Amino acid sequence: MIQWAADVSMLVIGVSLLLSLWRVLIGPSVPDRMAALDAATANVIAGIVVFAIRDDTLDYIDSALVIALLSFVGTVAVAKFLAKGVIIERDSD
Amino acid sequence: MSEILTSLLILTGAFFLLVGTLGLLRFPDVYNRLHSVGKASTLGVVSTLLASVVYFWAQQSTLSVKQLAIVVFLYMSSPVGTHMMARAAHLIGIPLAKETQRDDLKKRRGSVPANE
Repeated sequence: MIQWAADVSMLVIGVSLLLSLWRVLIGPSVPDRMAALDAATANVIAGIVVFAIRDDTLDYIDSALVIALLSFVGTVAVAKFLAKGVIIERDSD
Repeated sequence: MSEILTSLLILTGAFFLLVGTLGLLRFPDVYNRLHSVGKASTLGVVSTLLASVVYFWAQQSTLSVKQLAIVVFLYMSSPVGTHMMARAAHLIGIPLAKETQRDDLKKRRGSVPANE
């Protein structure tokens, strides 16, 4: 039963990943594309976790953690760059 | 019992991820899309992670703290990232959907310079 649920949800998550990549392609502005990349990252993390359940191993969870961290750092960097034109502000300038 | 709970949580997570992505495709402007990504997709991921916690608790009788750490981190980082992205979109002047009733940030920024 878990195998069946994992297979079905892998299919659903794959379709959802493709749809969010479509928004990355057609998104009219940069925040649209960044939001779509956030959704794609969420789908990738969920896919990794479902794959770990399906293979009955804990080894894949580390990569989910790393992808979550990198996604947050990337979102913050792009948001700061869009808002102010710089990512790291220095007070001495 | 744990099998049913795991399967239910996996399917719930996949459903919410699909709903979040459909909102991303269907909503009219970037702020609504960020709303869809920040809530529905995060709930989907968290549900999948809870499914894996339940599964590995039942199968290998190990409490995997790593998934719970990812849950905590997602609950902290998703609102922050979504809020920063919406604020950046407002600052660079992306228009709101024409059904929008009020824009408090624009009213507040009237007296404050755009780059603080």
